[in-house]
Amino acid sequence: MNEYTYPIITGIVIGTILRMYMMRTDYRQYPTYLHGKIIHLSLGFIAASLGTIAIPSIMEKEFTAVTFLTLAASQFREVRNMERNTLTEVDAYELVPRGNTYIEGIAVAFESRNYLVIFTSFVVTLCYLSLNIWVGLGAAVVCFLIAKFLMSGSKLGDIVTIEKRDLSFDGAGLYVDNIYIMNIGLPERQEEILKYGMGFILTPKSFSVRSTIANLGQRQAILHDVSVELGVFRDSGTPALVPLIKRDLNDGRIGVFILPQENDPVRAEQVISNVPVLENAIQKPREKE
Amino acid sequence: MKMEKAILASITMQENKVHGSAAVFNCDTKEEMEAVAANLEAILDGIAHRLSDQLYIIVKH
Repeated sequence: MNEYTYPIITGIVIGTILRMYMMRTDYRQYPTYLHGKIIHLSLGFIAASLGTIAIPSIMEKEFTAVTFLTLAASQFREVRNMERNTLTEVDAYELVPRGNTYIEGIAVAFESRNYLVIFTSFVVTLCYLSLNIWVGLGAAVVCFLIAKFLMSGSKLGDIVTIEKRDLSFDGAGLYVDNIYIMNIGLPERQEEILKYGMGFILTPKSFSVRSTIANLGQRQAILHDVSVELGVFRDSGTPALVPLIKRDLNDGRIGVFILPQENDPVRAEQVISNVPVLENAIQKPREKE
Repeated sequence: MKMEKAILASITMQENKVHGSAAVFNCDTKEEMEAVAANLEAILDGIAHRLSDQLYIIVKH
């Protein structure tokens, strides 16, 4: 036991708790299993340790110890690769895949959360050692709030208006409102689609978000989230029953055609409006220096 | 091997209108065409598209 023991324990514990707090298993079903969680908690613990130990090292004038942090950076980039690889492998067996853009977003989030843990442990230990434990705990609360703010990106409901529209067939062509979706040849498939399918029109609220919702990865994310929450009326070997989103080239609206197992338009609308806007799909065409 | 956007088979009542490398199934009635198309759709993992009342194609997407 020395003067650094308690500050180090505090920093590590708070960092690990923050990592636990940031790891929520929800409808995205990830990380679901105990083992996936253990991996991330362990990495969170390592991140917390690295952030914490930097402060006593500096105080002992061991400046080279800070190079540990560069090690941490490469370590957590590896976390991102790991997540990306796992999710891409698993994605091939989903009835409605997540798509690469969504996977990339999740992988980036996993990496960045570890940096938030390092930062929190660093600040908490610094405050504890330079002032006292209460300032350290106060800093922890502020860091939790910052982490909460950074974790909540915008939702699709913020950037588009969502309206339910009927599905219709013109010959073999399936339409949502006036947006052409696909050609369905067999009458029995057409009947199934009219029975189980639902159509929504997403109208962009401003010019800038047109390209965001046109992004193929963002569209796939919508289909995936809806299929996860409401189920999907399809199986392998029925490629005709596939949820699709097509775009109206004239005004940038998109037509969402889904095949939920649970026929609940109100809930479907909520699910669509809660789909996260993917970081990689965001574009700001009107912003210039 | 992964195949994308290929016509796997054509089902038609107008034999003289369809040629090419994909298998062509000639049918006599609309009902027969629909039945053959439904079966082929399931077997080939493709989608049956209707180009006209006399012509279906099975496409792998």
